[in-house]
Amino acid sequence: MSEANPPLETTPAASSLTLQQLSRLQPTKAPRTLWGDAWRRFRRHRMAVAGAVIFCLLVIMVAVGPLIYGGDPRKIDFGKSMLPPSLEHPMGTDDLGRDMLARVMLGGRVSLSVGVAAMLISITVGTLIGAIAGFFGGRMDSILMRITDLFLALPVVPLLLLLIFLFRDTLRRALGPETGIFVLIVFVIGILNWMTVARLVRSSFLSLKEKEFVEAARALGVTEPKIMFKHILPNALGPIIVAATIGVGAAIITESVLSFLGLGFPPDVPTWGRLLYDGQNFLDFAAWMVLFPGFLIFLAVLCINYVGDGLRDALDPRSRL
Amino acid sequence: MGPKQVVHMGRYIIRRILFAIPTLLGISLVIFAVLALAPGDPLAQFAADPSVPPEVREQIRVSLGLNDPWYIRYFKWLGALMRGDWGFSFAARVPVIELIGQRLPQTLQVIGLAYIISICLAIPIGIISAVKPYSAFDNIATTFAFIGFSVPTFFTGLLLILIFSVNLRWLPFIYNSTLEVTDWNSFWQQVKQMIMPVTVLALYQTGTLTRFVRASMMENLPMDYTRTARAKGLNERNVILWHVLRNSMIPVATLIALGVPTIFTGAIVTEQIFRINGIGELLIRSIQNSDTPVVMAITFIFAVLVVSFNLIVDVLYGVLDPRIRYE
Repeated sequence: MSEANPPLETTPAASSLTLQQLSRLQPTKAPRTLWGDAWRRFRRHRMAVAGAVIFCLLVIMVAVGPLIYGGDPRKIDFGKSMLPPSLEHPMGTDDLGRDMLARVMLGGRVSLSVGVAAMLISITVGTLIGAIAGFFGGRMDSILMRITDLFLALPVVPLLLLLIFLFRDTLRRALGPETGIFVLIVFVIGILNWMTVARLVRSSFLSLKEKEFVEAARALGVTEPKIMFKHILPNALGPIIVAATIGVGAAIITESVLSFLGLGFPPDVPTWGRLLYDGQNFLDFAAWMVLFPGFLIFLAVLCINYVGDGLRDALDPRSRL
Repeated sequence: MGPKQVVHMGRYIIRRILFAIPTLLGISLVIFAVLALAPGDPLAQFAADPSVPPEVREQIRVSLGLNDPWYIRYFKWLGALMRGDWGFSFAARVPVIELIGQRLPQTLQVIGLAYIISICLAIPIGIISAVKPYSAFDNIATTFAFIGFSVPTFFTGLLLILIFSVNLRWLPFIYNSTLEVTDWNSFWQQVKQMIMPVTVLALYQTGTLTRFVRASMMENLPMDYTRTARAKGLNERNVILWHVLRNSMIPVATLIALGVPTIFTGAIVTEQIFRINGIGELLIRSIQNSDTPVVMAITFIFAVLVVSFNLIVDVLYGVLDPRIRYE
């Protein structure tokens, strides 16, 4: 024991020396980190940055807008039916004389939250299934992957329409008209879109679980759930974040398609898709009823897709310089 | 491909087909269970009709087998399907297969044409974009592709109607399905009414495909074999069109096959906008009428499409890519 001590005594001195040397060598800039690098690469993708900024503005508009803007989205006034855009009504009014800007902002809240909530469900389910399949392998893997294949072969849109048509009245009675349909749509979109995420996560887990740091964690006696979610998952996060971003856009489109087909939200909940559905019959004399909500869906999804593209470039380890 | 390879591939295809059958059974069971376990009565419209006495209603239920438990009904449905009997529409009172037969040609016409157009556009655009990346052409093409797959099809459809039907009055905005092409005049009318639905679908598909062709070409351009082809003195045109393109087309061909079921779903929206009486419109109407046999049949057709095109993709990969072996 005492023989082992002398070299240990010298260690602090030696390390302080190297630290001194290091501090002299260190550049004045902060050290580069993984996320810092990703951020630098993301900033270089101009369209992605523009997309992120515009999307944030959209979120602020629908979140804060209704508090500042005085228009009432539900006040019916037949005297003001279908007025074109003006200073008083920046987006015009609809067939019942309701202010379109107020309705569009209210609708944006629903559309964007459906997108985010449905994405959270599909990412959670996909990550869980992919992680379990990739980590445990063997029979568990083949069963879960068969289920994934089955879900991938399901005709998604017909099934979405069917599920919503069949269950909407029940859920509306159980949870109230707005919450019921919100829960149903979010759940159905989420539960039919987790498959690609599951495959992504599974393949990352398959390669990551063989790495030395996992072996080290095992040797230290870390429990399996902890290895899965504290050690492996953070390393598989890149593709999941990209899939999540694209997923929000896809869910927004899906919700608006459902509403547009008359199988989404009821008339009293003006989502962007629902506003388009209501407006399409007035296309020839009140085009603004269609143009504004339609353009906002397009803008939101376009921004999200550009951000997703930028994130893919930023988080792809192959492009790390 | 030698004879041994053909045998291996034959075995592989048979194995894939055998695997597709349980998948389809699983899907049909899921759809059937959803329909059967859902609250609501398929004969609700009869129930609401006061002129139908309850005894008659009961008789109808018994004759349709609606009083059996759902799994018995599932096996009955499956057995009938095997014999080619797709059931009887509650609403139209004709066999489902006849109804679908009437609707399918309109759908196939529009989506088929749209798909061919988008393939013909996407491949050259994708190639030029990849050969000259970040050039003005590529930037414009990329912007259009992003717009193409970000704009919802129903919005493009309504925009086109607004511009070309409402303002310019060039094109009819309701699709006339009873129109029969007999002479040049009616042919021109048919062309005019197909322009907008085809454009809507083609725009979306071209966007996705262009990005994919470009990515696939970009992946193959820095490969060793490309450098070899250049080194042996081939001109750039031959290098791109013969060597790089052929290899890049393998994943593109599979994406084209995988996209077929997607474009069928796209038809649901387009048919709704332009009032085309195709299969998508039939699906929406049948769902709203609770016409269970029709809904079941169409949903199942979509499932068969997905599964069979997955199968085609697997086989296509083997045919196109000699690196894949089936041992």
